[in-house]
Amino acid sequence: MSSPSPAPEPLIVVEGVHTYYGKSHILNGVSLAVGRGEVVALVGRNGVGKSTTLKTIMGIVDASQGRVLYQGQPISGLPSHKLARIGIAYVPEDRRIFRLLTVMENLRTGLDRHGVSEARKRQLLDKLFAYFPRLAERRGQAGGTLSGGEQQMLAIGRAMMLEPKIILLDEPTEGLMPRMVSQIRQIIDVLHNDGVAILLVEQNVPLTLQASQRVYFMEKGAVQHHAAAAELSVDHPIIHKYLGV
Amino acid sequence: MILKRHAGVFWAGFAVVIALLLLAPLVLPEFWRRFLTEILIWGLLAMSSDILIGYTGMVSFGHSAFFGLGMYGAAAALLTVKPPNLWLAIVYGLAGSAAVALFVAYFSTRLRDIYFAITTLIFSQIFYVVILTWTDVTGGENGLAFSRPRFGIPGLWTTPFTSTSLHWFVLAVVAGSYLVLRRITHSPFGMVLQSIRENEARTRAVGYPVERYKIVAVMLSGLFAGLAGVLYALQNRFAAPDFVYFVVSGEVVIFNVMGGIGTLVGPIVGAGFFLGLREGLSRLFPYLATTLHLPNLAEFPYLVPLGVVFIAMVIFMPQGLLGFAKRWLNR
Amino acid sequence: MQIPWDIIIIQTVNGVVTGMILALVASGLTLIFGIMDVVNFAHGELFMLGAYMGVVTLAATGNFWLALLSATAIVALLGALLQVVTLRPLLGRDPLYTILATFGISLVLQNYALWQFGPVARKIQEPFSGQFTLFYLQYPWYRLLIALLSAAMIGGLYLFLKYGRFGVWIRATTQDRVMAQAMGIPVPWVHTGVFAMGAGMAAASGVLFGPLVGVNHTMGLDWVLKAFIVVVVGGMGNLVGSIAASIFISLLEAYASIWVSPSQAIIVSSIVLILTLLFRPTGLFVPTPK
Repeated sequence: MSSPSPAPEPLIVVEGVHTYYGKSHILNGVSLAVGRGEVVALVGRNGVGKSTTLKTIMGIVDASQGRVLYQGQPISGLPSHKLARIGIAYVPEDRRIFRLLTVMENLRTGLDRHGVSEARKRQLLDKLFAYFPRLAERRGQAGGTLSGGEQQMLAIGRAMMLEPKIILLDEPTEGLMPRMVSQIRQIIDVLHNDGVAILLVEQNVPLTLQASQRVYFMEKGAVQHHAAAAELSVDHPIIHKYLGV
Repeated sequence: MILKRHAGVFWAGFAVVIALLLLAPLVLPEFWRRFLTEILIWGLLAMSSDILIGYTGMVSFGHSAFFGLGMYGAAAALLTVKPPNLWLAIVYGLAGSAAVALFVAYFSTRLRDIYFAITTLIFSQIFYVVILTWTDVTGGENGLAFSRPRFGIPGLWTTPFTSTSLHWFVLAVVAGSYLVLRRITHSPFGMVLQSIRENEARTRAVGYPVERYKIVAVMLSGLFAGLAGVLYALQNRFAAPDFVYFVVSGEVVIFNVMGGIGTLVGPIVGAGFFLGLREGLSRLFPYLATTLHLPNLAEFPYLVPLGVVFIAMVIFMPQGLLGFAKRWLNR
Repeated sequence: MQIPWDIIIIQTVNGVVTGMILALVASGLTLIFGIMDVVNFAHGELFMLGAYMGVVTLAATGNFWLALLSATAIVALLGALLQVVTLRPLLGRDPLYTILATFGISLVLQNYALWQFGPVARKIQEPFSGQFTLFYLQYPWYRLLIALLSAAMIGGLYLFLKYGRFGVWIRATTQDRVMAQAMGIPVPWVHTGVFAMGAGMAAASGVLFGPLVGVNHTMGLDWVLKAFIVVVVGGMGNLVGSIAASIFISLLEAYASIWVSPSQAIIVSSIVLILTLLFRPTGLFVPTPK
């Protein structure tokens, strides 16, 4: 198990987190770190606790043990709206855009923040629409009328409107056509170039290896292994061990 | 083994409580004797409500209707049939509340949760308005007054009720009802009710005819509530529309929550706690008014601090006094 | 039989006027339910307190409009306070507990009002008297004003929800509370704000309605029952539905009171409720459920 090169200044640190759903012990001592501007992947089979890890970081479920640090400060127990305001954005597994709100209104939930000038809002929107012209076309349409791929774009775009320092991305390519998958790949690169960190949960191995710098492997509710993406390849035995059927 | 010991403890405790309640009227002054009897009667009403709230998971604000119909039913028997017959009064009262219960039961099967609660509330108001305005039959605002029947079997042997023997009669009815209800809730029927409360969809999916169970639950609840109404009529010798007003239903629910829902005994404890607090506060304020020279305070309504206590209990002690005691004892 | 046309016309207009006030009260109730899943039993008491605040302010300043504004503001603030203290801790618990808590609040408010203001009804003087000619009859201007103001407030509410930043927040919170919070929307405060708005609307209704009847501590009870009937008949959480239902029910009651006493008129609304529950339980004015 070769150690990857030292991570840049840590943005999010998860230490020994245990989370329960009722009586189910889902997270069994998860520890990981994401540095400033890094793209880090979290992979594993279905049900190992990847989504729950993201939800715990975001304050959607409470950890019963362990802690989560953001920029060195403990954030466990803080409500998610405070976390969104200090720079953590969340794009959930089923997108969960506001179906009855228009595309613009969905984006506005992220844009309408304290201390953001109208000019800046315009800037953010224009930049987003440049990457996702389809969203611009459909800006007056209700979110529920968009296709799966467009909803994913909207979910990511909405998170980007928060100008976050890190985005928690849960299975963005699930159920998408290959063309859309490469668009997602591009947007991850764009975000990375802008200095936004990403904690990416994904089943798509090639995308994961191309887009991220480091990979955490989860099994049985804990991180079991950790490697630099550069050292891995699609048919690496480790991949089979943690992701194979 | 634990169950057996549990049962032993239960019966011992039950016997002690009954013994105390039996002795009470012999040692207490009249006012407190009546107070205790009232607690028992309201306790029975609250217990009947617990069947719905605590066991089947259906909040009802309509118990004032069952109670009121029981009361007026008994009044009807005592006023129309001479000489006034105790057992007929009970039968009429139960019939009255059963009729209302059937009506409510029908709707209980088609409505869930909040809709059911609101609808029972509105129904109890309808009954209130009907009773209030149908002056010829119900005496309207003034209600109906009647004399207390004699205890015994008419034709064979009867004896008038004394203050004490009435208390014992009420105690017997309430204790008997408690035992019956306890038997029912511990039976397979009771288990199904609880599973309806926990997860109705699942219970239905497993194959139980949930609607039928709900109807029986409502009928059961209504009958015992009506019985409480009959007892109240016997105790106080009048029936008035005030008791059909929905606030009474609300107070019943308060007894349930204060005592602990789903415990059967809890509601009786809750009734005692509420009525006791009410007595205490009604005396406290006039006292404070004179001591602190604030004459306004004398009339300060007891429901304000009582309401605050209730709200605090809903937030901090949702398991009620009994639940709190249970946890405290288990520590 | 002689058809009492003038009475029918008057009652129609009365029905619409009362209906608009009922709509204002019911909108607040359905808003609170639709967004927070809270059945606010204390809504009638907020109405009643609004009316009393109106009485007090009117007595102090002599200005009806000031009374209307201050009553709305004060009760809205009280509503916010109540929500933060009693309802926020109950978030996520069985809805039974919010019903109980609001019921407790209604008892406290009602009895407090009884003690504070006494059992004798107070009067709010209407801001102007005078009547206008409706067909061949005389009808008071003030009542027309009530209807218009209520309509304006409801209209304002609708616009506020549709546009406006807070409106988007409210709608997002209603659709997906978890994601709304994840997007930085302070959901607990949205709930407080919505409750305050509902309370303010109830208070305004109380002040507007004050001149028509006496203001006393039990006035809330009738209104809360009627409002609940309206909300169920109109469809829980359905703003347009509750407005339509309010007018419908008020008209029926207005007509009924030609022949029966007003307290019996509630039986009419109750029959409508029963029929609705039997045949269209999701609401009369809601499109047929799938």
